[in-house]
Amino acid sequence: MNHGSVRKGAGNWLLERATAIALIPLTVWFVAALIAHTGSDYAALIAWLRKPFVAISMVLLLIALFWHTALGLGVVIKDYVHAINQRTVTLIAMRLVCFGLTAAGVVTVLGILFSG
Amino acid sequence: MDQDSTTPYSPANRLRPRSPNIQIYRPQLTSVLSIVNRISGVLLSVCALGLVIWLIAAAAGPQAYAVVREGIASWAGRAVLFVATFAFFMHLCGSLRHLIWDTVHGFSLRAIYLSGWIVFAASMVLTVAAWVTSAWIRR
Repeated sequence: MNHGSVRKGAGNWLLERATAIALIPLTVWFVAALIAHTGSDYAALIAWLRKPFVAISMVLLLIALFWHTALGLGVVIKDYVHAINQRTVTLIAMRLVCFGLTAAGVVTVLGILFSG
Repeated sequence: MDQDSTTPYSPANRLRPRSPNIQIYRPQLTSVLSIVNRISGVLLSVCALGLVIWLIAAAAGPQAYAVVREGIASWAGRAVLFVATFAFFMHLCGSLRHLIWDTVHGFSLRAIYLSGWIVFAASMVLTVAAWVTSAWIRR
């Protein structure tokens, strides 16, 4: 397991930037869409989520978002959790949660897309 | 900070002087924006969890979605969402500043302070603009 910058540090650093760049258009699009949908009802939301472009963008958003989150929280954990066993457990738990939430989000988006 | 009495002494865990002493250090724009980028990132991680809950509620049906929507529309929900909006724009604008730094530009003291104030001002303006636009659409 990678605990710091030994050998894999530059890779994580680059991935944090790559996911950040991907998240700029994806999050701005999503926040703008949420604002545009202020006050719209449930049926309108589902109809919006069923558009292929929206579904694809949501899947990309979820993957980039949780990947970037895992990298960012990893840096935070490595800075503040000093005991090595605790650090390893916290890192693994955090990554599993991020991985699980990505899977749950993607399956949910696809479920809405292909339902009905 | 006290040394953990149960830990055996070794050069690796002996008490060392720390610098800067953050408690007596006057905050600067640079250090404040640095920690704000981290805090906003952690906050947005929680928002990412909220995004998945929101999606699952939407998939579960109108009743489940109505519960989440009521939560968001409540006084507390809106307050959280407002802070989250500001955190989003701070992290977004801060990331642009970092990406410029990654190209080895903007490292003069003047440029660092200028970009710092731009990040803060732009985030304030964008947060207010987002909420005003949202209120205007709702009308």
